[in-house]
Amino acid sequence: MTNTLHRYGSGDSFKDDYIVFAIPARGINDKGAVEKERRFLEIAREHNPVNMGDASHGAVFRPSKSLNPLVHWYRNLKRDFETVIKGVSCPTTVAAVFDNPDAVVAFVKDLRAADLGLSINISGALEKVQECARLAGLERHSVEYSLGFIGQTDRMADRRTLELSTMCGHGMVSFNFVRKLMEWVKQGRRTPEQASATLARFCSCGVFNTTRACRLFEEELK
Amino acid sequence: MEKLNPMIVQTLGGVLKLLRLRFDPEPDVCPTSAITPDELAWPRVVRRAFSDPLVTHESTGVHGRGTEEVKTNDVTRRVGTGEVGYVVEFGRPTVGVRFRDIETMTRALAGIGIEFEPKNPVTHLMSDVKTGKLRDDILDEKILSAIVEFKTRIETVPAVLSKVDEVSRTLPTVVAIGVSTRCEKDGGSALEPVLAAEGFSFVRGKTNLGLGRGV
Repeated sequence: MTNTLHRYGSGDSFKDDYIVFAIPARGINDKGAVEKERRFLEIAREHNPVNMGDASHGAVFRPSKSLNPLVHWYRNLKRDFETVIKGVSCPTTVAAVFDNPDAVVAFVKDLRAADLGLSINISGALEKVQECARLAGLERHSVEYSLGFIGQTDRMADRRTLELSTMCGHGMVSFNFVRKLMEWVKQGRRTPEQASATLARFCSCGVFNTTRACRLFEEELK
Repeated sequence: MEKLNPMIVQTLGGVLKLLRLRFDPEPDVCPTSAITPDELAWPRVVRRAFSDPLVTHESTGVHGRGTEEVKTNDVTRRVGTGEVGYVVEFGRPTVGVRFRDIETMTRALAGIGIEFEPKNPVTHLMSDVKTGKLRDDILDEKILSAIVEFKTRIETVPAVLSKVDEVSRTLPTVVAIGVSTRCEKDGGSALEPVLAAEGFSFVRGKTNLGLGRGV
């Protein structure tokens, strides 16, 4: 889940971006982790995440091998949490994305009560996350800071494209694809919701934040 | 994917073109299921391991870039008090990197006495961990991104970050840096003043809540 560490944006840009994930330590507590990870996702579902995923099998928004031509006119944007939960079959990383701190606090409180024993991390704006942890009665154990990008940064895209593209830290959302959808939204060929869901389908871990993506598309329209 | 007949799809496209019309399909749907992954052999297969997040790194058993870092620090105690873990990531976001460029960095870091994290896929591809030398047969392979991991005492943070910055300027790609530490009982971090003194600003990060435990 380093794939959530280096999201691009100002502090304010992460106001609706919280990723909570569970991971077992390989060879230490990964036995029986599958059931615990399913439980993690079931608890997450009760708090209305905007996205959810299992790094091995895919996310709420996922590609399909069985589509028909009608998909070009009607694409079902309904979130299918059940498939993600049932799909967990090996120790992996599972994640849930939230767009508000209240849901994160309530979720973490439930995770404490469930006592899964897996490592639980939150990726987001550090101060906000620490606030959430404290409200849930926890102090942080360890912290990792993103110090940003260095080197040939002129090879990177513009700010808005980066904000959207870096929401998949594995690089599955390319700069050009973001630019293309940005143009389509501006031309009215796709709504921000449709464009966000399209981008999210490329993020197999389920950490792409569609609420934030919608907001960024809408800000671009102003 | 749709599985339509390619000839029909191409004919329809041709007719629309004659009429100066264009279909506006979903951008992530291939109508004829024409895109399929190739079977790769060594050394090209390393491209998939470091570019496809659904492929598990055999060396570490972890998906994505194959690292656990401080995500499981509450269980593994990998990074202790007074220590700093580093994740130096090459090619991200979406620019890509060749192993040759990663080796430039690993050799420079080994030159200042860095010991690389053994449970890391890049370390597994080193032919000499002491010098940071990577296997010769993979040096020209281009991948989406890879992470080099190591840890030092907190006192050496300025020297290490300075070296990473210096070498990054010579590479034809981008480098993302993450640094981590074990927090104090009140959630405080001894690393923050060090980073601030070095001129780094940090807004975003990853917080381990300490709910994990070994069995």
